[in-house]
Amino acid sequence: MIFGPLGRRILSRLGTSLVVAWGSVTAAFLALHALPGRIEDILAGDLDYPGLREAIAAEWGLGRSLPEQYLDFVARIASGDFGVSYVLRQPVAQIVGSQILPTVQLATTAGALALALAVLAATLTAGRGGAARSVASTIELTCASAPVFWIGILLLMAFSFSLRWFPVSGAGGWKALVLPSAALALPTAGLLAQVLREAMEKTLEQPFIVTVRARGLGEGLIRLRHVLRHAALPAVTLGGWLIGGLLGGAVITEKVFGRPGLGTVTLNAVLTHDVPVVLAVVLLAAFIHVAASTLLDIVYVVIDPRLKAQ
Amino acid sequence: MTQAPPGPLVEIEGLSIRFDGLDGPKTVVRNLDLVIRPGECVALVGESGSGKSVTARSLLNLAGDGARVDARRFLIEGEDALAFSGARWRALRGAFAGLVMQDALTSLDPLRTIGQEVSEVALRHGLVRSSGRDALVSATLASVGVPEPEVRARQYAHQLSGGLRQRALIAAAIAGRPRLIIADEPTTALDATVQVQVIGVLKELVRQGAGLLLVSHDLSVVAGIADRVLVMRDGEVADAGPTADVLARPRHPYTRELIAAVPSADSRGRLLSSGRIVPDDSGAIRITRDPLPARRAIGDGALLEATGLTKRYRRNVAGPGGREAFTALEDVSLVVRAGEVVGLVGESGSGKSTCAKILLGLLEPDAGAVMLLGQPWSNVPERRRRSLRSRLQYIPQDPLSSFDPRYRVAEVIGENLSGIEPHVRRRRILGLLERVGLDGAFADRSPRLLSGGQRQRVAIARALAADPVLIVCDEPVSALDVCIQAQVVDLIAELQSRLGTALLFISHDLGLVHHLADRVIVLKDGRVVEEGAAERVFQSPAHDYTRALIAAAPRSLVGGAAARAVA
Repeated sequence: MIFGPLGRRILSRLGTSLVVAWGSVTAAFLALHALPGRIEDILAGDLDYPGLREAIAAEWGLGRSLPEQYLDFVARIASGDFGVSYVLRQPVAQIVGSQILPTVQLATTAGALALALAVLAATLTAGRGGAARSVASTIELTCASAPVFWIGILLLMAFSFSLRWFPVSGAGGWKALVLPSAALALPTAGLLAQVLREAMEKTLEQPFIVTVRARGLGEGLIRLRHVLRHAALPAVTLGGWLIGGLLGGAVITEKVFGRPGLGTVTLNAVLTHDVPVVLAVVLLAAFIHVAASTLLDIVYVVIDPRLKAQ
Repeated sequence: MTQAPPGPLVEIEGLSIRFDGLDGPKTVVRNLDLVIRPGECVALVGESGSGKSVTARSLLNLAGDGARVDARRFLIEGEDALAFSGARWRALRGAFAGLVMQDALTSLDPLRTIGQEVSEVALRHGLVRSSGRDALVSATLASVGVPEPEVRARQYAHQLSGGLRQRALIAAAIAGRPRLIIADEPTTALDATVQVQVIGVLKELVRQGAGLLLVSHDLSVVAGIADRVLVMRDGEVADAGPTADVLARPRHPYTRELIAAVPSADSRGRLLSSGRIVPDDSGAIRITRDPLPARRAIGDGALLEATGLTKRYRRNVAGPGGREAFTALEDVSLVVRAGEVVGLVGESGSGKSTCAKILLGLLEPDAGAVMLLGQPWSNVPERRRRSLRSRLQYIPQDPLSSFDPRYRVAEVIGENLSGIEPHVRRRRILGLLERVGLDGAFADRSPRLLSGGQRQRVAIARALAADPVLIVCDEPVSALDVCIQAQVVDLIAELQSRLGTALLFISHDLGLVHHLADRVIVLKDGRVVEEGAAERVFQSPAHDYTRALIAAAPRSLVGGAAARAVA
């Protein structure tokens, strides 16, 4: 074997990920065929003009046997061809590709913000009794339970309509990104901070913390160098789910703040029954989930070397 | 103030430590005097809850959250420590005093390499720059006898054996060259042979001039290294003085109780907790103990017979290849006769637990077979075992985790009394509780609220409820304090004498096995290396490994037995 334990783990994890991705493609194919009605009608959406149905049937090869169609479907998805939106008269890959960047920008900014807020809140208040901890915990619980759109509307009212600090809508410049990212980050930050604090407090009770204190380290260094890494493990477990939440939340946030992005595309596609686009978005979400959980699994091993041997 | 060098590292008079808990203030240490000089080892001995750990940690101002430390005099290297600021304490930690705790697996940060852990204290106190880090780590690890220090420095705590890990923990504590080492149960949970090595490392550090405060529950560990000893009980010093004096002429009844409660060859056939210390003609001390009730005769027939037991596992290892076969048990044969007490000894990893699991019918051997009462016991379907299950019972090391957490004591014992009318069953439960020395009122309590000794009594009552012919006892008293251990051992021995139940007694404690067992089986790396009558094995061990085990076992604290153990 030329790979170390970590390399082998990554390889086997990538293998599993491919299987899951293939599974989601299969599920999408089955769903399409399980829907009541003719495939041509489903794919055409609300559109109807002479020759359209026949064109779709020819393009999707609907006259062929089911296994043949399935293999063709998988091969097309694998090569990045998601078909054509008959409503918008454009290749689906092009539609999604042009709109994915603002969404990714929003989700990653919000993710980073949520992580920073959670680490800050948990590190400052974990294991310390008193008012600060209860106040922080209450704010986190409120944020974690509030819906994204509602936080968004509140932020708009306070910082756009009243204070006029930030634009109400649009995607021009960093100023337009502040409020949407905050709205999207707060629920995630609240949940993450709760999990992190709980984990940090558990870690602070471990015997090795006494050893570390006995080396003369100050409280801040103990938390940053030792405790945070332990607390990161449960937070990473939550990570896959949080990334899903950020993507789902991004769709809603885009609508509230009038930003371009996948959210608008998805919503319009659903409203106009533009099935090829919906199908592509669903598959994209599945692939992002698979990629994220694969990445987090590897991060897990990097954080905790004890998992390497398993 | 001028002091003749070397002045004391620590000088404390009238120390008291109090915790202000929710249910009012609780004083855990009262009126304690402590002096530690360079090149001297002082030991704090006591049971759990005696205040010894909290006293030791107060020297670093790490007694715990909400601890209030007060003293008439609290000098650290001549300075009044009660006036120290938080920053001053942090400057002292690691540089003036290093702390070594129990169990390096949890006392070293498991996510950081040994090298990072060892160098942290020196980097913190600016004793070394990051460029000199590796050299310091290697030198420190080598100084505590860790072979291949460069390799070990890149490994993690979980990749090291127990002994190496504990040495790495010591290295992490002394890398800042502290004048004082505080060792809190540094050898507990280590095998006897490893224990000897770790004590040797500490001894060497004392010889080089460090002061050592050794905290232990075990007088016999302390006997070999401490210059002076303080025996603590309920937060007060019961006995103090040079170690030899305290052991030879224990003044306080509690110290006498501690000394008399240690099982050894001398206590065979007698009640451990009945020990009384009487002065000898020569001025030394002697222990007299009451005898156990008469034993029933040991039968000829085998109750349990295991032949050629072998068990292999595949385990993952780091590095190329990844997996290797691991032989946990290799061709082990053993017999337990009716009414016999068989001791199974060996160090961690010797296969004791695997053997116990197979004998209990919880694990199938890869080869070999077990017969119980003449019927096949291994490699048969569980439903064929079920009718025999009650005849073979089990007393675990940690009884609490073997109880259903929602059960009360009566329900725990009642598990082994199915198919009996409720009122008869209740009477039986009360009778069993009385038998193990517990009041009937315990029946309706939750085991969680009981002490360790009481829990073990419940586990014994549960085993007896099934009316077994054989009980497998897996380290049943290892987690108990010495005096409680003596009482539980007495209970087991007394019931064994009266009922004639055979015991397979698994233990790492050779003194205890010598005290209890008729026959001894020594396991090493999954093989039986020696087997025979207890007296014969202990007095003239045939195998090198048995000799090494006996040599490493803590000496009996009182005269006669020590001489015999050496012979």
